[in-house]
Amino acid sequence: MSIKKGTAWKFGDDISTDHIAPGRLFHLRTNLPELAKHVLEDARENFASEMKKGDFVAAGKNFGLGSSREHAPTIIKLSGISGVLAKSFARIFFRNSINIGLPLIECNTDLIEEKDEIEVDLKNGIVRNISSGVKIPIAPLPDIMIKILNEGGLIEHIKKHGDFQLL
Amino acid sequence: MGKTISEKIIGKHSGKEVKAGDFVIAEIDVAAVQDGTGPLTIDKMSEVNLIQAKNPKKTALFIDHAAPSPRKELSNAHKKLREFAKKTGSILSETGEGVCHQRLAEDFVAPGNILIGADSHTCMSGALGAFATGMGSTDVGIGIALGKAWLKVPETFKIEVAGEFGHNVGTKDLILNLIGKIGADGATYKALEFCGETIKNTDMASRFTLCNMAVEAGAKTGIIASDQTTKKYLAMRKREHDFKEIKADSDAIYEKIIKIDASKLKPTVSCPHTVDNTTEAAALNNIKIHQVFIGSCTNGRIEDLRIAASILKNKKRNFDTRLLISPASKDIFIQALQEGLIEIFVKAGASIVTPGCGPCVGVHAGILGDEEVCLSTQNRNFKGRMGNPKGLIYLSSPATAAYSAILGYIADPTNI
Ligand code: SF4
Repeated sequence: MSIKKGTAWKFGDDISTDHIAPGRLFHLRTNLPELAKHVLEDARENFASEMKKGDFVAAGKNFGLGSSREHAPTIIKLSGISGVLAKSFARIFFRNSINIGLPLIECNTDLIEEKDEIEVDLKNGIVRNISSGVKIPIAPLPDIMIKILNEGGLIEHIKKHGDFQLL
Repeated sequence: MGKTISEKIIGKHSGKEVKAGDFVIAEIDVAAVQDGTGPLTIDKMSEVNLIQAKNPKKTALFIDHAAPSPRKELSNAHKKLREFAKKTGSILSETGEGVCHQRLAEDFVAPGNILIGADSHTCMSGALGAFATGMGSTDVGIGIALGKAWLKVPETFKIEVAGEFGHNVGTKDLILNLIGKIGADGATYKALEFCGETIKNTDMASRFTLCNMAVEAGAKTGIIASDQTTKKYLAMRKREHDFKEIKADSDAIYEKIIKIDASKLKPTVSCPHTVDNTTEAAALNNIKIHQVFIGSCTNGRIEDLRIAASILKNKKRNFDTRLLISPASKDIFIQALQEGLIEIFVKAGASIVTPGCGPCVGVHAGILGDEEVCLSTQNRNFKGRMGNPKGLIYLSSPATAAYSAILGYIADPTNI
């Protein structure tokens, strides 16, 4: 996986799937590009219009808690966010993100400030904060998830192998 | 070496001995989606050209989150689920038949099963002695088509409960209290195994409430050994043949043991906007409420409705407080009618909402106005949950909710 560079947008702890893809927009779940225009809206009102393609989300602990809606990581990816950095992720969100090919980076996000320029190097497991010069190690993903992510998600994996070939 | 319930069930389904931390490909028994997650599941299955169900009689699609449909986009989503069910021979649970988790427990899941569902509270069926966990649309789509899923065997926290609950205190107070203590991420990736005298003595309804909310502490599942109570429940659903005894070995290895004394618990409430933001109901009697919701997969069972009715009988809701009540399934609705509970509710000023998710998910049937406060028996109070990020949601037991609806502010029901 290549090295990606972008601007970080800071979010707090416990950002739920309701913050990311609000329940009141339930009817847009079958229109993902439209739903993506509201990504993270209940955490930061104008996020979708202010962010740029290639930017990163940098949050606190337990990012993505709540419902199983895969629409949440899907619209983060669709909006052009390169990856989500957080101190920790909720379980279902974690799985869903890897399944759809959205990189999740577990690291100490206290070392990243709003609008810092960062560089994420998944292969070497490091985040370089270009603005502050600090290097932040990334907690490694389990092998099974690296395999899925490297093949572009679970659907691509099954397309390729016709079955699970993960162990 | 001794095994936890999760290790036993996952081992059986992956054809080998497993221990916490192992990754496996496991056969699954039951797979489920609902109207919010199902359409995307079907899209994902089409992408891989796998519009098929490995086990159609154990594949269920639930129309419950936005039912009856409040708008055309959702009606079209419902159509898609109906067509898929027809094409694959899977089971469709229509508008009004109830919330997916209640229906899954009633008629689909058996002790020893693995259930995966595209809904986070799928963990509820763990109360039957099953390994039940929520996943996303892609995982469940592949699970429906191929009959398997990849799983990490979770470490287990043993939650040992002793002592008797006080008057109008129950497992909802217990689980809110526990989440308040360990935090919304206190059990991320773990299984919560509930056991001890108190659990043995509780009915299935109370057990479902506990396991339902395991995910609110981040857990992968909540799970309870099957016993005579489980057997009776299955017999009542005419599924006695589905019973199997499942329990942990006495020398099973737990990552943590948490002991709780039920007799010390007080009616507990989660305050906005996180479930772990808990306090005692008695401390909140300055909080005026505009809406009370009694229902959801957490607390919409007949036992919950009986408690609410015992408090609301011959009483009226507060003039400034709307009261919405939704039985969690059609069968519960029928029973509540037969027992005269619905009449008590309607006379108390309640609106009865179609069995299903009702206002819990914020799509219809009870969306909050700006700065309005709701006290709900559901499991989640996230910002925006009930359809308006400017609404404020408190969570409680049915007893606390019913009593508060009469007074118009949050109140402790132990003294009535
Ligand atoms: S009742 Fe609420 S928590 Fe339960 S399945 Fe429906 S939306 Fe989810």
